[in-house]
This record gives sequence, C-alpha cells and structure tokens, in this order.
Amino acid sequence: MLAKRVIPCLDVDAGRVVKGVKFVELRDAGDPVEIARRYDEQGADEIAFLDITASSQGRDLIVQVVESVAAQVFIPLTVGGGVRRVQDVRRLLNAGADKVSINTAAVQNPALVEEAAGRYGAQCIVVAIDAKRTADPARAGDPRWEVFTHGGRRPSGLDAVEWARKMQASGAGEILLTSMDRDGTRSGFDIELTRHVCDAVDIPVIASGGVGSLAHLADGVLRGGADAVLAASIFHFGEFTVLEAKRYMACMGIEVRL
Amino acid sequence: MKIAVIDYGMGNLRSVSKAIEHVAPQARVLVTADPAAVAAADRVVFPGQGAMPDCMREMDARGLQPAVRKAAASVPFLGICIGLQMLFESSEEGETPGLGILRGRVKRFRRDAMRDAQGARLKVPHMGWNQVHQASSHPMWSGIEDGSRFYFVHSYYADAAPGLASACCDYGARFTCAVARDNIFAVQFHPEKSQVAGLRLLANFLAWKP
Repeated sequence: MLAKRVIPCLDVDAGRVVKGVKFVELRDAGDPVEIARRYDEQGADEIAFLDITASSQGRDLIVQVVESVAAQVFIPLTVGGGVRRVQDVRRLLNAGADKVSINTAAVQNPALVEEAAGRYGAQCIVVAIDAKRTADPARAGDPRWEVFTHGGRRPSGLDAVEWARKMQASGAGEILLTSMDRDGTRSGFDIELTRHVCDAVDIPVIASGGVGSLAHLADGVLRGGADAVLAASIFHFGEFTVLEAKRYMACMGIEVRL
Repeated sequence: MKIAVIDYGMGNLRSVSKAIEHVAPQARVLVTADPAAVAAADRVVFPGQGAMPDCMREMDARGLQPAVRKAAASVPFLGICIGLQMLFESSEEGETPGLGILRGRVKRFRRDAMRDAQGARLKVPHMGWNQVHQASSHPMWSGIEDGSRFYFVHSYYADAAPGLASACCDYGARFTCAVARDNIFAVQFHPEKSQVAGLRLLANFLAWKP
C-alpha cells in the first residue's frame, strides 16, 4: 500500500537555512546539506526547499544548494520560491530537483504550468496554493478560501478549490496547499480546507500550515484526506524527529514508510 | 568500469549519475547522448521521465536507438521509469510504439478502478513510497528485503508478458514494477530516489554478472 508522506520543509535565504534549526550535534545549523542529511537519516520521505531570497543576486544560490543536496541525499527534493519562467523550472530540475513548485507565477501566468508540465511532465510540477478563509455573506455557512500570492501578501480573487481544479487541468502533478490562517499558529491544519481541496482533485495533495503536534500530522491525513503532510518548525526545533512523527502516524493506523 | 547513463534530453539525470557514483566511487559514470560512448560502455542505464512519446522522439532525434538496442542485447542494462516503459511494444500514452525489446503494452491506471481495499480513492499519478513485492529471486534484489518501499512517480505501467515480472506492486490493482530478462533489468520506480534500498539496487546492478 502506498505510504502517506512526511515532508520537512526548509526555508532558504541566499543559500542558507533560516528559521533556526536546533538539532543537537549539528556543526552548522544553517547548512542545507547537513540539515537535509539529518532529515534523510530520520526517514523523511521527501524534503521541500522554499527559497525566500529577496535579492536577485542571491537567486542562483538555491541552484547550488540543490546541486549539493542532490549529490548526497537520495530521496525526492521539491524546490519552490521565485519560480517565474520555464527556464527556472529547467535549471532547478537540472540541478537535481525532482519537483518544482510554482505559486505566484501560476496565478500571473497560468500558461506557465501548462508549458512546464508539457515539457517536463506533470510529475515534476507542483502548484503551491496559499489559501485564506474568506467571509462570503452571499454563501453563509458555505466555507470559501481565497488564493493569495507574493508570499501571502496579495489577494488574487481566485477561489482556492476552483483554482486547484484548474491547475490539475493545466497539468499540475501535485498541489501543495498552505492555510495562511494556520501557518505559524501551531494550532493544526485547516482540516476543512484540506478536505475540500482533496475531494476536488485526483492528484496528490500536500497539507501545510499550522502543525504544532504529531496529532496534527495524523489529522491532516485521517480527517483532511491529505496524501502528504508538510511541517517546518516541529522538526527544526528538535521537538520531534521525522521518525517519531511517522511512528505516531503508524500507531494511528496510517500507512507510512518506517 | 565505464557506465553510460543515456541522456536524450528528458529531465534530470544528475540524480541517477550521483547515486551511482555514491555507491561506486571508483566507477566512471558518463551521462551521454553519444551513441559511440554508449556502445563503449560496460554497463548502461536507460532512464527517462516525462511523457513516453516525447522520450521516443528525443531518443530518435539523437540517433540513439541503435545504440540502445545493441546495449540491451549485450551488456548489463538497467531501465528506469520511462526507460522501462520504452522497452515494451507500445504505450497507451499517445498510442506510441516502443522499442519492442520486451513483450507487453504500457497502460494508464484506470481512473474507475482506483480504489484501495477500504474503498478510498487513489490518486494518479501514483506518487510516493510503495512496497515492492519480489516475484523471483534475482541478483538485483540481493540484500533487499522483500516488501521494501521504493519511490514511484508515474501514471502508466507496463502490462508485461508472462515470465518477465521480477517484482510487483499494488495500486488499485497489482501491476508489474520490475522486469528481468537475460542482461536486462528494468524498474518502474526510481532507485536513485529510494534511499537505502534504492542505493542497494544500484550497487547490485554494478556487481551483476548476467
């Protein structure tokens, strides 16, 4: 049976991991290769890198990071952040990324997803959706989420569930779904959002945003219906290892790779 | 030992070559589109990702088909993902003819059949870590526990002729995920992305004497 995946996520700024990683025994808490290796040893099913580099000079550094990690860590790598053009996708894939996630650029230019998937295959194109719950008086009681772009700063007017469907039709192979309401709150995934998107598409969905405990990870799968769960801080701060997370999920009856 | 990883411009071959270098630091791994270099290699890896019609077209555009056929008939030969699918007679994906080196046809997962034992819906592409059940003992499985998980990402699988299956996997239905014949071994999953088990399979390939 196919295992549900646990994916630690690393924020990378100008080639260095940020958001203080607090593993014991790490020589360099900012070194993406060392941290990726640690997660690999703990049994991570995949590793996600989000490039948050603001300056254009630092942009190329993520390519070097991917190259060094891919030479030493033999599990799938997903890389996103600042992917604007098909050339960006190609550069990251050539560097050793297995999947590239596209967020803002998919909204600005939906043809990009179609073109990238057409050229490199749907399997390597992830569409990242940052969604925020909106109050819609016309549809009282009917939950709705809006897609935000530019790192969650700009509303797009798009409905997140509709957008996920549209991106599947454009050739996305996977959806990385982040609840902006929950991100950073450690209060758990937005289960309702996860469930709505999972039910709307046939492609795998990664739940993200809000994980503060192992129970939250299990909830994302059992109640949200997610195919994979992504978390950053609970792993970075050394509260739990990936292995502990997977053991807990296994105890909850979830199929995982142990 | 010279190992050629055939490069026909379809996606990332860096991971494949790095994984082989990792298990065999002394080997010379060449990622190449040059038919002569493929012909001169001791072992050949035939990867592929994306869509099979594009893979076939790009391979032919580089004049690689004769070299691939020759390698598949002579030296230890490892097909990966689309590299497995291309060995078969044809694919439903764009109704593409394959190389026809192995008997069978490549089919898409049938949407209406995609339910697990509990009735839950299964997504396509089949993406993630699934258990590989070995159908036969083979030097390529040496040191790899039966039922080990490997990383898959695909929407099509080979419906292989009887006798070719070396391993199978369950997703909606049971499908063949590894085939073996003479000097050919091919897998639907990605050993270069399958951590310890995948690296062991690649090490086994380098030691394999068909």
